Amino acid sequence: MTSAAEASTSPIAISIEKKLEMYRMMLDARLFEEKAHKLFFEGLVKGTSHLALGQEAVAAGFAAAMREDDLTFCTYRGHTHTLLRGAPMDRLMAELLGRSTGICGGKGGSMHLTDVTVGAMGSYAIVGAHLPIAAGAAWAAQARGTDQVAVAFFGDGATNIGAFHEALNLAAVWNLPVVFVCENNLYMEYTPIGAVTAVPHPAADRAAAYGLEGVILDGNDIEAVYTIAMRALEHARSGNGPVLIEAKTYRHGGHSRADPGKYRPDEEVEAWLQRDPIPAFRSRLEASGVATATLDQIEAASDAAVEAATEAARNAPYPDPTTLETEVWADGGSAWRN
Amino acid sequence: MTERNIAQALNDALDVALADPSVVLLGEDVGRTGGVFRVSDGLQQRHGAARVIDTPVAESGIVGAAFGMAVAGLRPVAEIQFMGFSYPAYDQIVSHVARIRNRSRHRFTAPMVIRIPYGAGIGAAEHHSESTETIYAHTPGLKVVVPSTPYDAKGMLLAAVADPDPVIFLEPIRLYRAVKGEVPDGHYAVSLDEAELVADGTDVTLVGYGAMMREVRRTVEALAAEGVSAAAVDLRTLAPLDLDPVVASVERTGRCVVVHEAPRTGGLAGEIVASVQERALYSLRAPIERVTGWDTVVPLRRSEHHYVPTVERIVAAVHRTLEA
Repeated sequence: MTSAAEASTSPIAISIEKKLEMYRMMLDARLFEEKAHKLFFEGLVKGTSHLALGQEAVAAGFAAAMREDDLTFCTYRGHTHTLLRGAPMDRLMAELLGRSTGICGGKGGSMHLTDVTVGAMGSYAIVGAHLPIAAGAAWAAQARGTDQVAVAFFGDGATNIGAFHEALNLAAVWNLPVVFVCENNLYMEYTPIGAVTAVPHPAADRAAAYGLEGVILDGNDIEAVYTIAMRALEHARSGNGPVLIEAKTYRHGGHSRADPGKYRPDEEVEAWLQRDPIPAFRSRLEASGVATATLDQIEAASDAAVEAATEAARNAPYPDPTTLETEVWADGGSAWRN
Repeated sequence: MTERNIAQALNDALDVALADPSVVLLGEDVGRTGGVFRVSDGLQQRHGAARVIDTPVAESGIVGAAFGMAVAGLRPVAEIQFMGFSYPAYDQIVSHVARIRNRSRHRFTAPMVIRIPYGAGIGAAEHHSESTETIYAHTPGLKVVVPSTPYDAKGMLLAAVADPDPVIFLEPIRLYRAVKGEVPDGHYAVSLDEAELVADGTDVTLVGYGAMMREVRRTVEALAAEGVSAAAVDLRTLAPLDLDPVVASVERTGRCVVVHEAPRTGGLAGEIVASVQERALYSLRAPIERVTGWDTVVPLRRSEHHYVPTVERIVAAVHRTLEA
């Protein structure tokens, strides 16, 4: 992997089609999650939810760079990652609403989104747990010679948990095709990550311990994310082993829906809102000559897609109670057991 | 047929399983050393380091990686060296391995085996000697099985590797080299959902599994010497729990004694007693007895025999049922 400095100074050519696709992806994610947030307060999204508003450039940049059969492992803050890998929006919204048409049949909900058909290998609600799992999936890809890369997204808080270190060591010692992407949004739930971490860059500063290069990235610059993602995926796919990336970004809201995020200084929030990845990219596209109408059209289409998905989800039935006892074991339910 | 002990039967099973290229073994010291109990002895030499994989001491990493392999199409067999070492992997086993099928509605499954030597035997106390199968049997989505003979050890391990669900495969440390028997060569499978009536009798039904089957079988002999006809059931699988042979026998004997070395409170004996009385209360002539480990930490070798149920304790329990 090239160093962060080298990577940032040598952008790769991104076609205008790809740029517009990435713009659309970020808007889909933004509008989808804003809608989910509203539905939560209407009482329609049950349980809790963890939004990635403000962090869309990381998910979109990687999803745009990944091969169709690559594998995504993400966290409970995973609506965006699952959506942008290609999970159908209407079935994703239905899952958030706990409906039978959801991608997990209403059994997973906001925190356990899984759609293997698009390589969304699950969102994991135990911090760090998916990192060794991604390493194992990468091992399988390597053993079977499929050239797939596993990409694991995680928050800054996960860098202090044992599984993070176990996974990095395994990936390095087995030279696995896996890319670890830390979305450093500066807060471990409610606590500033710097207050509980021994090093300033929670992921990148640990890279050397596993013989890896620490890559730090502006996670709100989607072109930078895409560029680094392309290089990291190529590195891993070519048999050069794992990559660890730390993308600096910011959560516009609190940790979960119950958290207004009041522990963050106003000026910090304001500064990061100024760096919102979506308007920033839009300005750049306009400056490069893309017509405002084109961008407005994309936004209108995303909005319409979210509205349609929401309508479909609202009207979908809840799962039949008998599904409680199904799919626990391969032979179905637990009736034989009780 | 070849005469083998349980460790040799398991080794043979793994060797046969590795003929399938999707099967891999992984764990601490399983390769070059052949495992802490030498169950995988020689398999890395025969099948290569890419199929029999030495890992760091990192149980969460071992089980997590095995889970990733399983969901990506392989059939991993992970070894955890001792039951007490499975707790660093507990989150992976309970929160992810056991649940992914349900969470994904069958589209994402974890056909994998986690082999765990369990129970007293090496006298090292605590983590190296405990029998905490209840916590896994209590977890929906896992199968938990435990053989007590070389024949079952091989056949059940091969069945576990082929099973579509994650299987916690418990290996009785005390019996690894204590029991020998004829074991077929090549592939065969023993069902993972059937208990076995290993002795028939008319006066009392003994129920046990795993390492305690040695004491259970000896109790049958001791009772026979005093003219008591005891039946004995080897449960073999703890999840699912097949109580049909137990109930059928209790309907005949009217008495039942359940044996395990796990601590008494919340142990599987409680579940078994509850189920048997639900199904056969009116056949019972005496309260069902439990003979178990105590509600304490498994002690060091000098005191181990005070902890693990003995033939004497089981016989005494049978006497109480006969006198009731």
